[in-house]
Amino acid sequence: MPEKISLEVLRYRPEEEAEPVYQSYEVPFRKDWVILDAINYIKDNIDGTLSYRWSCRMGVCGSCGMMVNGTPVLTCATFLEKYLPGPIRVEPLDNFPVVRDLVIEMTDFMEKLKRVQPWIVREEEKPLSEGEYLQTPVELEDYKQFSMCINCMLCYSACPVYGLEPTFIGPAAIAIAQRYNLDNRDQGNQQRLEILSEDDGIFECTLVGECSAVCPKDVDPAGAIQRFKVAATANWWKSLLMPWGNK
Amino acid sequence: MSLNPNYTKYHPKWYRKRIPIFWWMQKWAYTKFILRELTSLAVAFYAVVLLLQIRALAQGPEAYANFLNWLKTPVSIVLHGVALLFVLFHSITWFNLSPKALVFRLGKKRIPDALIAGSNYAAWVVFSAAIVWMILTI
Amino acid sequence: MKKNIDPFWWGLFGAGGAISAISIPVLLFLNGLAIPLGWLEPPAYEDFFTLVKHPLTRLFLFALISLSLLHWAHRFRFTLYDGLQVKHLNELIAILCYGTAIAVTFVAGYILWRF
Repeated sequence: MPEKISLEVLRYRPEEEAEPVYQSYEVPFRKDWVILDAINYIKDNIDGTLSYRWSCRMGVCGSCGMMVNGTPVLTCATFLEKYLPGPIRVEPLDNFPVVRDLVIEMTDFMEKLKRVQPWIVREEEKPLSEGEYLQTPVELEDYKQFSMCINCMLCYSACPVYGLEPTFIGPAAIAIAQRYNLDNRDQGNQQRLEILSEDDGIFECTLVGECSAVCPKDVDPAGAIQRFKVAATANWWKSLLMPWGNK
Repeated sequence: MSLNPNYTKYHPKWYRKRIPIFWWMQKWAYTKFILRELTSLAVAFYAVVLLLQIRALAQGPEAYANFLNWLKTPVSIVLHGVALLFVLFHSITWFNLSPKALVFRLGKKRIPDALIAGSNYAAWVVFSAAIVWMILTI
Repeated sequence: MKKNIDPFWWGLFGAGGAISAISIPVLLFLNGLAIPLGWLEPPAYEDFFTLVKHPLTRLFLFALISLSLLHWAHRFRFTLYDGLQVKHLNELIAILCYGTAIAVTFVAGYILWRF
């Protein structure tokens, strides 16, 4: 087993350089270290100017996503050992503007997320006195997979459609819309479907499928999008063939 | 990108990577995607060949014989050979992805993905066998 | 909300994808390879003619040919769009792809109707 492994980290310091450059760092190789441990080691011991985001280091907060050897991963959940003998190339997430070093600008995603109304929509709230909205385990199972999303944006990074067409609402936002649509307490089905059927919605997707492949939580956004397309198509043909069925 | 001016003014020098034209050559998963999408050419090719065959059939035995002779030319054999590979790729990827779009329920239970893909394959086998049987017994 | 036409094309794309995935491989293999290469005896002209003459066969062939082309039109349009980044030609490509598919569908309808 090697003593050291080298990381080629993309550096972008807008006040110094117009184009990013790669900087090489040698870090100790340890079997139990993930990429994030190595980057933290660099920050603490070699180069304090390196900028990146991280928080929980246990695959929950979704902030340490980076491109490692060209694939978007959570750096807290990806071991150095997988990339022996190195060097390992670490870059900021693809398809997003880079603010500095490994830090990307994510406002676009935050706005898109809000657009799908990721909360429980009720036509009418029932009064508190009637108690909570009950749900059976089977009803929970319907949307549980989609509720596992941690907003890490790896799927946006893996999605060539988002790269080519940044207005595309994107995998995670659609998966989260599906999470609420499939929740039996929610009544916002129709309005989300309309939002997602617009020009930058589900029909931009050509089912490359990489969003689901890179998802660290097995959320399957590609599946969520296809199910939306089927629903939108069924709706469309229904209103064409049975116009009187419309509300 | 964001139209919110509060957000953008402190980051005037974002770096944006350009996506190369041949982005789909950079990763096998993306190349496979483009190959899958290109199967549509083989599908269209065969739809047109089939239409030409029907037209020849309608025009009479002589036109039909000519068409069958064209099918025997090396060009046609090579075209059909390549098209067959693409069409098979289309069928397999189509069946395998079908559970992503189709979610059915039996009572409270969701029908497993493997069963949905499997029934596609079953329909494929049954249809193909029926056509072979038809051609052999006609 | 403006009424979007995407579900219309996507529905035809899906139907065409399914019917072509199930029926084209065997037809292509038999008609385009097995028979021309002599692995299989070609059916006699009259028998084949009678088979295709049957209204159900013609209906099936029409569905197969038209939906396959509409499947192609939708998929190929996006392949050009993604694969070559020709965003500025979007409308022209859409008209050419869907237009070709619709035109050939009419030709197929005519040939099969008159058969």
